[in-house]
Amino acid sequence: MIWWLRQSWTFAGALVLFVALFTLYNLLHPRGFSTAVLVQNANESVAITLLAMAQTLPVLMGGLDLSVGAVMTLTSCIASELLHGGPVEILLGMAVTLAAGAMFGFANGLIVVYGRIQPIIATLATGAIAIGLALLIRPKPGGNVDDDLNWALTNTVWDFADTYGLADGGDATWLQPFVNIPVPLILLFGVVVLVWMPFKRCVTGRTVYAIGSAEGAAFMSGLPIQRAKIAAFTLAGFLAGCGGLYLAIQTASGNADMVQAGAYTLNSIAAVVLGGTSLLGGTGGLVASLVGAFILRVISFYFRILDIDPLLQPLVEGLVLLAAVSVGAIHALRIKNRLELFR
Amino acid sequence: MTAPIVELTGISKHFAGIRALEGVDFAARAGSIHAILGENGAGKSTLIKIIAGVLRPDRGEIRLAGAPVSFASPAQAGAAGIVCMFQELSLIPDLTVADNISIADPPRRFGLIDRRAQHRRAEELLARVRCEDVDPRAPLSSLSLSRRQMVEIAKALGRVPRVLILDEATSALTAKDVQTVYDLLGLLKADGVTSLFISHRMHEVEALCDTLSVFRNGRHVETFAKGSRSDADIVRLMIGREVEALFPPKPAPRLRDPLVTVRDLGWEDRLRGVSLNLGRGEILGLGGLDGQGQKELMLALFGVLRGVEGKVEIGGRQGMASSPASAKAGHTRIALVPEDRKTEGLMLSLSIADNLVAAAYDRICTGPLIDTAKAAKLVEEGMIALRIKAGSPQDAVSTLSGGNQQKVVIAKWLAVGPEVILLNDPTRGIDVGTKQEIYRLMRELADQGKAILFYSSDYAELIGCCDRVAVLYDGRVIRELTGEEITEEALVSASLNIGQAA
Repeated sequence: MIWWLRQSWTFAGALVLFVALFTLYNLLHPRGFSTAVLVQNANESVAITLLAMAQTLPVLMGGLDLSVGAVMTLTSCIASELLHGGPVEILLGMAVTLAAGAMFGFANGLIVVYGRIQPIIATLATGAIAIGLALLIRPKPGGNVDDDLNWALTNTVWDFADTYGLADGGDATWLQPFVNIPVPLILLFGVVVLVWMPFKRCVTGRTVYAIGSAEGAAFMSGLPIQRAKIAAFTLAGFLAGCGGLYLAIQTASGNADMVQAGAYTLNSIAAVVLGGTSLLGGTGGLVASLVGAFILRVISFYFRILDIDPLLQPLVEGLVLLAAVSVGAIHALRIKNRLELFR
Repeated sequence: MTAPIVELTGISKHFAGIRALEGVDFAARAGSIHAILGENGAGKSTLIKIIAGVLRPDRGEIRLAGAPVSFASPAQAGAAGIVCMFQELSLIPDLTVADNISIADPPRRFGLIDRRAQHRRAEELLARVRCEDVDPRAPLSSLSLSRRQMVEIAKALGRVPRVLILDEATSALTAKDVQTVYDLLGLLKADGVTSLFISHRMHEVEALCDTLSVFRNGRHVETFAKGSRSDADIVRLMIGREVEALFPPKPAPRLRDPLVTVRDLGWEDRLRGVSLNLGRGEILGLGGLDGQGQKELMLALFGVLRGVEGKVEIGGRQGMASSPASAKAGHTRIALVPEDRKTEGLMLSLSIADNLVAAAYDRICTGPLIDTAKAAKLVEEGMIALRIKAGSPQDAVSTLSGGNQQKVVIAKWLAVGPEVILLNDPTRGIDVGTKQEIYRLMRELADQGKAILFYSSDYAELIGCCDRVAVLYDGRVIRELTGEEITEEALVSASLNIGQAA
């Protein structure tokens, strides 16, 4: 625990910042600390959080993925076409949506590894392709998403159980401790536990860290570098697909909006940095980016309750980001051989 | 006599036309500790990289326990039982000690890394190298260099080697750790493991190894049992050639007023009290094996390092430069021709002209603007003075040969108008003709009254060029040689710290 804190004190700092910001927000909010506010906040945070998680993987290897926002847009358009009908059809639609995201990430990985193209430029191109495909699928905003699904996944556990008649419609005794938790938070928790934790604990995941930390040493140690790169981009695509799927369910529609895709991509990078993952690679993780994304969202929530000109929002967000990343740059002062700063 | 476990026949390897190994036959017996000796650039590193699967030979055959093998990667060699500890550590700084020890093949449960088992494994292996004080959960980057090297040893042990290659594995270790490694190698030997041991410390070789092989100029000279040759014989085998008459004549040695005085210079654990004087018109060589602090000494004088201790007086003023910018602009200007011309010396994609003026903008500017006429003049002067052969000064510097690239670096620094010139291995990897020109230039500069500090990994250069040589060992000057005293025997034995041999 001590090592963990010392190593990821930027993450610890981000966590403290988030808790402070969120507590203050609830204190200032007229209906603070209520389930309704929490549910609303959670819903608005899921897509960017999943995208920040997606962005984390290429960043851990010392690269950037500029296609995550576009892949999210593409998959949300796919989902808006498929998420209706019977339960089997809906589940199949979800699977197709997530598979599409993963496939896109897989393609990114192949291009980076076998095309030997830098991630930033490869994904700039594939991102444009994703938006193009999204426009073909959905030239105009709209879609057909199952109403129950929309309601169940954007409210509390009780509402979920009530919608699908599970656990006595949400009134079962064992469920009571959990009824007020927003479903979107459970989904994020699920992604971390079921996807990230296993990934981090397999050799492929560890190789991702090794690549970002010292690719030469990783090669000398006989690690599967190519496999890890492809896997990381595939997982990034999958997580972006999760974001797209949720966005489609939340808004009950799809929208091939290029501007929104770009903004989401840039915000995902900001969230990763805020969480404490180094852009040079090697340190950080998905959970850190989750916190980073939360911070980014909480700041925007403030503008609703504080009667500040919404025009100031980008300015303040920029200042907070700058302050946070400056803290991370302090380590440069401790380097004794200044030539190492440039390596 | 047991059968050879590793056997190389007719191995050759060339890099861009430069011979690294030529027709090498080499064999190591199972259960022996086999030292590989040679000067810098003799081909030792290439040899072990070929055995460990990092490089593939151009020609020749490798046999492991009698069967021919061909490794495409370090992973394959590792799987066959050849485990190598490289000079540049193969550890990953951001992962924990336990992660690093089990990096290639961690214990797994249900396909996932079993962290508890990995932790136990790390504890066991660390205990075997008597490093119980290292916390397996600590990130590697939190350890000192000597602890990292022990982790590297633990990692190698964990891979159950049949052949263990130690390339300068003890260079950063404390005396206690060195003893631990000795004991460990003894135990491994009893188990029939072969160790290939590369070290520049003769007393270690004496204490540990049963067989010695000497390499020189990419060739295997001789293999013999320990004790069958004297230290002096070994040194002669390592040198084995005549010093060619490449060098301009030297002036008679005389006492000079020091321009640069260094006293008790210390930095981290790389410099441990360096003291020397450097006079006007003098070429002072820095001798010793690679990595004894020569490079750090130059970086310290040039203001690159932070936290340097000790006294420096340059041109009658106390104190050292705080940055390269202040070093080159101080009242006594200092220039450094760096070790790696491709990353620290040149901006490869820029033109020759842009590189030539890169350090001397203060001389070609009128107010805030670059005066193109002055710049063109400076470029022309530099190209003529160093006889840089190029189509046009506007060509990218990357299009030049290695020798001409190095001339550009030197011309760039001479454009600054320095009085103290630090040369860090300026002739590495360049052709003989250009080397000769550089030697002559050095002498001309000295005769103009510049003070030159010259590090070279080639002893012949030190002998041919220098008025004096300070031999560094372990971050200290252990011997100073003047005039006739500068011989290969004296340099090699001082480098190895084995007293006045021969």
